[in-house]
Amino acid sequence: MGGIESRPLHVRSPLFFLVTVTAASVLLGLAVDLSSQTPASALTLVSRETRRNIPITSVGDQELVPLDDLAQALQLQLQESLGTMTISYKGKTVFLTADQPLAQVTGRMVSLSSPPTRRAARWYVPLDFASRAVGPIYDVRVDLRRAAHMLVIGDLRVPRVAVRYDPLGGAGRLTIESTPQTPSTVTQDRDRLVITFDADGIEPPNPPYRAAGAQAADSLVQAVRLSDPTTLVVDLGRRFASYKAADGDPLVIDIAGIVATPATPTTLTPSTTPTIPTTSAPSPRPAPPAAPPIELSPLLAATTAAVRTVAIDPGHGGEDEGAHAFGVDGTKEKDITLAVARRLKTMIEGRLGVRVLLTREDDRAVALDRRTALANNNKADLFISIHANASLRRSLSGATIYSAAFATAAARDAATEGSERVPTFAGGLRDIQLVPWDLAQTHHLDQSTMFAGMLLQQLTDRVPLAQTPVETAPLRVLASANMPAVLVEMGYLTNPEQDRLITSDAFQSSFAQGVFDAVVKFRDAIAAGITR
Amino acid sequence: MKGRQVAIAVTVALAAALAWVVFVGLPKRYGNSARPAPSFSPFSSSPSASTSTSGRTIKAKLFYIAGDGTHLTSVERDVAYGDGTLEQAREIVAAQIAAVPDPLVSPVPEGTTLRALFITDRGDAYVDLSGPIASGHPGGVTNEMLTVYAIVDVLTTNLPSVSAVQILVDGRQVDTLAGHVDLRRPLEKNTALIE
Repeated sequence: MGGIESRPLHVRSPLFFLVTVTAASVLLGLAVDLSSQTPASALTLVSRETRRNIPITSVGDQELVPLDDLAQALQLQLQESLGTMTISYKGKTVFLTADQPLAQVTGRMVSLSSPPTRRAARWYVPLDFASRAVGPIYDVRVDLRRAAHMLVIGDLRVPRVAVRYDPLGGAGRLTIESTPQTPSTVTQDRDRLVITFDADGIEPPNPPYRAAGAQAADSLVQAVRLSDPTTLVVDLGRRFASYKAADGDPLVIDIAGIVATPATPTTLTPSTTPTIPTTSAPSPRPAPPAAPPIELSPLLAATTAAVRTVAIDPGHGGEDEGAHAFGVDGTKEKDITLAVARRLKTMIEGRLGVRVLLTREDDRAVALDRRTALANNNKADLFISIHANASLRRSLSGATIYSAAFATAAARDAATEGSERVPTFAGGLRDIQLVPWDLAQTHHLDQSTMFAGMLLQQLTDRVPLAQTPVETAPLRVLASANMPAVLVEMGYLTNPEQDRLITSDAFQSSFAQGVFDAVVKFRDAIAAGITR
Repeated sequence: MKGRQVAIAVTVALAAALAWVVFVGLPKRYGNSARPAPSFSPFSSSPSASTSTSGRTIKAKLFYIAGDGTHLTSVERDVAYGDGTLEQAREIVAAQIAAVPDPLVSPVPEGTTLRALFITDRGDAYVDLSGPIASGHPGGVTNEMLTVYAIVDVLTTNLPSVSAVQILVDGRQVDTLAGHVDLRRPLEKNTALIE
């Protein structure tokens, strides 16, 4: 087999010895001369048995490797005479002539990208010599990956990996494409993401990704590099908060970051007081209705340390269809909530760089407990349940925002030692301290109420509101949420006019925009230390 | 002689009328308007056989969907008299979940029946309703709040000794009726929902 031999190959010529003995200083000078033209790079030989590097020497725009090193690695026999080098492998031969960009390979002429060069008793050959001249006489495939400086020997799975990083406001998206498509796993190791490919090796990104430019120090991704033959390491910036990898091809890793809130709000009019210069882009008010594609989204100035993950809960699903509009094929609540939740996810992730979890991604039944468990387990910082309302009175219309209330019995269950006061649905206050997980929301009522107020503010003028647009109710899905949580009823499907409205693209865009803006307000308030 | 006979007849008639007033009219008049609370037997945690007295009724406030669709409106209705809080509670719930004529709109899905009712010593009532309360529910937080609190408020309003109500469905504790209102614990009266 054409494996790579690690023992030294004794390739010697009389000239080699002569030069070694008599011209050491010249050799050294040449070496210095060559190395001075050489970027620190090497041709990496990859085979099933081993990997080794052969130093690359650049002469002009040509990249050359020492033929003896290559011969040693590939078990080639070399013999030089009268300015011609004969390369043999298992009875097959290649002839090279110095300064001729040609090789004679088993009787046929093959062109090379540059002529072999003979310097100080060593022959240097272009990289494509390996694939074009050695390849045809070798018994396994010799595959040159020129850009990556790799020589793959044998039928190995060595996918080519391309990396792209797109900063998106306070977050970013890392896209990693492998060709041919190769499965990979992503794990976090402190301030690094480790991406391991199910392959014999990978052809690393070329050029390697490294944060550059004025904002480099703040970049969420500092560098993407090869850590071992099948593993890429993503060096994360100091603003890194969380990541979410989506399986598939290409591999997409959304990275959320922490950015300090600007000390002064961005203003579009000249200020009479000096402003603190920041490197952040101004934060234009997000354009109303149509949700722009992610790439075109305005960059928002800040992401707080507090709101890193938002859980969005599309109400109902599967057999539980929720409310219905009147009519045989009337709108189902479960469909409309999923559509709006998806829209919100795209908007918040794309424009705010905050990780968004959906409690269901498709039309399936998910128990109420599991919905909050998902948010709790993923340490979501905000929980927004999306619903559509129904009434036996057809005239009812408008959106309602609910935060949690608790029955006295719940507060009683929650209270084992008095230390904290919570309002009960029946009115009044109860002292509680230890809170069972299914009453976790009792700790977050202030912030939930604050967020409900922000939602009201942002939805006003965007969508029709109910007569009493903010309410509290003992809602099951909110009770267990261990983070600020609200439930929003977008409007009444049982009102034909509302049904038409809620199913429209314009309404859903406006509604999502309102929720998005409320999330931004909430994030900023939390960052500023405002909690109620 | 004739005059004596007339006098006797008048006396008998007056006596009969007086007797009717004393034994039928007055009890009916005052008995009906009396709240059932005073003489109720100690609370029981298990159901007992119906002891309602045929023909006797009390006035009770029942709750229906108000014109604004988001509140409950109370309507005073005659409800069969029940012997004791537990029995009276059953009669009240049965009246609350019964179908009603227009223009009243019941927040309780049609076909819902009362399976059982228990009251603990603490005053928590457990109302076990049949499946249609959930399976026939039209959904929506607004509807669901009205359904739940019609049951909760009808007991807590008419029976002061009932402090909270938990709804069971087909004998089991449930999370919600239609995905929203938490039914895992007894709920107290919510006057904010009453018009």
